[in-house]
Amino acid sequence: MSGQYEESIAKVFDRIKKSKINAYITLNEHEAMETARAVDKGEVTGRLAGMPVAIKDCITTKGIQTTCGSKILTGYVPPFDAEVTARVKKEGAVIIGKTNMDEFAMGSSTENSYYGVTRNPWDLNRVAGGSSGGSGASVAGLECRISLGTDTGGSVRCPASYCGVVGIKPTYGLVSRYGVVEYANSLEQVGPIARSVSDAALMLDVIAGHDPKDSTSVGEADKVTYTDHLNEGVKGLTIGVPEEYFGEGLNPSVEKAVWDGIMTLNKLGADYKKVSLPHTKYALSAYYIIAMCEASSNLARFDGLRYGLRTGKDENWHSTFSRIRAEGFGQEVKRRVMLGTYALSEGYYGKYYLKALKVRTLIKRDFEKAFKDVDVLAAPTMPTPAFKIGEKTEEPLSMYMADVNTLPINLAGVPSISVPCGFAGRLPIGLQLIGDLFAEPLLIRTAYTFEANTNFQKLPEGF
Amino acid sequence: MEDDVIIGLEIHCQLNKLNSKLFCGCSTKHHGSEPNTHTCPVCLGLPGALPVINKKAVEYAIMVGLALNCGIAEHTQFYRKNYYYPDLPRGFQITQYDYPIAENGMMTVDVDSIERPVRIKRVHMEEDPGRLVHQGSIETSKYVLVDYNRSGMPLIEVVTEPDLRSPKEARRFINKLRNILEYLDVFDGSLEGALRVDANVSLKGGARVEIKNISSYKGVERALLFEISRQRNMKRRGVTVTQETRHYDDERNCTITLRSKEQAEEYRYFPEADLVPLSVKDWENKLKARLPELPEAKRDRFRSQYGISDNHAKVLTAEIRLANYYECVAGKCDPVMAATWVADYLKGELNYRDRDVRDAFEPEKMIFIIDQLKKAIITDKGAVEVIRVLLDEGGEPASIIKSRNLAKVESDITRKAVTEVISENASAVQDLRSGKPQAMNFLVGMVMKKTRGRADPEEVNLLLRELLECTL
Ligand SMILES: [Zn+2]
Repeated sequence: MSGQYEESIAKVFDRIKKSKINAYITLNEHEAMETARAVDKGEVTGRLAGMPVAIKDCITTKGIQTTCGSKILTGYVPPFDAEVTARVKKEGAVIIGKTNMDEFAMGSSTENSYYGVTRNPWDLNRVAGGSSGGSGASVAGLECRISLGTDTGGSVRCPASYCGVVGIKPTYGLVSRYGVVEYANSLEQVGPIARSVSDAALMLDVIAGHDPKDSTSVGEADKVTYTDHLNEGVKGLTIGVPEEYFGEGLNPSVEKAVWDGIMTLNKLGADYKKVSLPHTKYALSAYYIIAMCEASSNLARFDGLRYGLRTGKDENWHSTFSRIRAEGFGQEVKRRVMLGTYALSEGYYGKYYLKALKVRTLIKRDFEKAFKDVDVLAAPTMPTPAFKIGEKTEEPLSMYMADVNTLPINLAGVPSISVPCGFAGRLPIGLQLIGDLFAEPLLIRTAYTFEANTNFQKLPEGF
Repeated sequence: MEDDVIIGLEIHCQLNKLNSKLFCGCSTKHHGSEPNTHTCPVCLGLPGALPVINKKAVEYAIMVGLALNCGIAEHTQFYRKNYYYPDLPRGFQITQYDYPIAENGMMTVDVDSIERPVRIKRVHMEEDPGRLVHQGSIETSKYVLVDYNRSGMPLIEVVTEPDLRSPKEARRFINKLRNILEYLDVFDGSLEGALRVDANVSLKGGARVEIKNISSYKGVERALLFEISRQRNMKRRGVTVTQETRHYDDERNCTITLRSKEQAEEYRYFPEADLVPLSVKDWENKLKARLPELPEAKRDRFRSQYGISDNHAKVLTAEIRLANYYECVAGKCDPVMAATWVADYLKGELNYRDRDVRDAFEPEKMIFIIDQLKKAIITDKGAVEVIRVLLDEGGEPASIIKSRNLAKVESDITRKAVTEVISENASAVQDLRSGKPQAMNFLVGMVMKKTRGRADPEEVNLLLRELLECTL
């Protein structure tokens, strides 16, 4: 006779195998079932004991293939766990598998994965968002309970918004990046995706905290327990509404749902006022310059010599290396690596990279100033609901535009949470709440209060 | 003196006295180990692994900066130097660019009693890449193996202004730098790959040529001599020297073109965001207090404390190990004698054997030898022989003196030999008495022969005069 956890985990794998979502690149069935049985026997315990958890494929997992959605890392099995993986395992989670993503986290739709597009559980013809599309869709499609994504310019919040679930992008430095395969290392953070704010907060409890293996990890002597803050309400809070986040290209249904959300919080006791973040208009270009520059350097190590793809006959080092990179990287990755290389080259560094850093400082100051007046900022997570698969693949710029409301947050390093706030037709809409550095408790209590007083926490049709 | 020669150096030194590498916990003691056994995800550059700075390495670099009279930066930061090479596991090297740890220092070198100030442009920290191992030679090897044991070894790079004027000065500079690093106890120059030099050399008015990766102390002087004569010959023939990077081939003793100015490498430096900028101002003051006595201070102290000559003090303090050896000896016997025996005789015998103070015998043995000399039990000549035997065969000085009959013979034996020689060489005695001083040399020689060299010639001389009542 099988135990309770073994049964429920077996069900999860059944569902995944029948699924059309394509949320996973690699399944970890054997080890997952073993963990579930161990939980049943009481041999494994912890805050996540027996919970099905999925991990984005750019976060290393010892002994489980980690591809970053790229052909170049096919078959790469890391010899070590990322710090977040280790923490999740330590709390007894059942690792279901590695979720699909835009190759090396470059994209907003998970269409750039070598392992195929991930479909949105609310509409299989639409994208699940990106780059953590698999992490978003697996939660929305009941293929795990909580997942881990990474957010470089909105990559956790975008799929959370498109898939109608909760996603948190923590303060830069709050969660260790050790073991996160770097794309744009000064911008990215690991964040939880869950169906409820409390589950997301629970996962944040597990993964947040100092890690000596990551120099940018911000040491906190007494760690905050985020789940302790869920019930603190919103009375007395002031919500700022940044006008720049309600600009051109904003879908009217999204605009309405977000304003309704702000009004709901207002009724629950929060004040609100309009604020301005004047440098927002420069964020998109600054973001992409910084991200591409960092990417061009971070991806230099993939040469197929020590791990990953190795095809064709070996020639001299330069030829082998060039051929493997030409074969192993997808188009978007090549585009960003080349643009980044160009922007860093002599004569252009000052024109692009240094200028982008200056903009970044101005954007940080915008937020600092705003948070002197307000506690939380509220805005749409994504300007539109999930778009159709293939709709934007030929237009990289319009794809980049989709991140316009999320990426300033990564430039500033502040935290932000996306919580479902309505529907456009049958497609979910996300409300983005942005806080000052380390204001996660405030964001979590605001989002939880909103969730507890609304009814957008639904399952897609047929689930 | 070559007035038109302009040389600047970039010297990479491994901080090989540290226990762990620059950005990970791997051991630095990999010499002689199997390839790739001192590695981890960080120094292999595996995806997701992050560097964490070894604070001790930063301290060492600050100490070097202070010892070279540099200003220490308030903030220091790491950069990525992006280039593709099979021994570079991340595709970039973590190094310093703007904001090096130390800048604007000064050191002097003296060659042929000319003391030349050499400005230090900067001292910065960086990681070593791995090591390529060719099967046979570079040209014939069918493949190349990569050993990452060296990957992530902490390096400091000392960059000078182009203030050096000759290959000899360059070599002197490097030796002096090595000595200072050994004084600081941050460096062991005897380990393979511990020190590598890039040299910039030009003739006044000509283009600058960079010679890369000279890996031996002697190689620096030879490479520069070769390159200067190459440039001189070109100048003589009216050929323009072009700006380029050349490689020094140690075996063939020549430099060959690596790349020209047109193909100059583009490193795309930019800040390493995985390592946050470090504020090191507070460390500087703490480390200043902990800085050990450096060569020049030690030299002055030796002179005043032990009353030894300028030259001896200089020789003895040029290397920390020799200085320590001397202090050990000088503490327990006549320090002036000790200076002569350590600086002149021991150092001379070691140099002759191309060996290091570390290969010398224990100071206690030297103390014993000096003691025997002082008590006139052995002669200078005998002492030198003891030193040679100790270096070549080892053993105990007392038993060497005994087994080789190096102790001076008793005076009555000498006296007996002198008496015998006088009676056996009447004509020489006659010569001496009639005022031919050369006869004295002959008679002394005969006594020495009789005593198989054990007698003290000075004493024999006196005895002869005494017995012959000779007033010469
Ligand atoms: Zn290591």
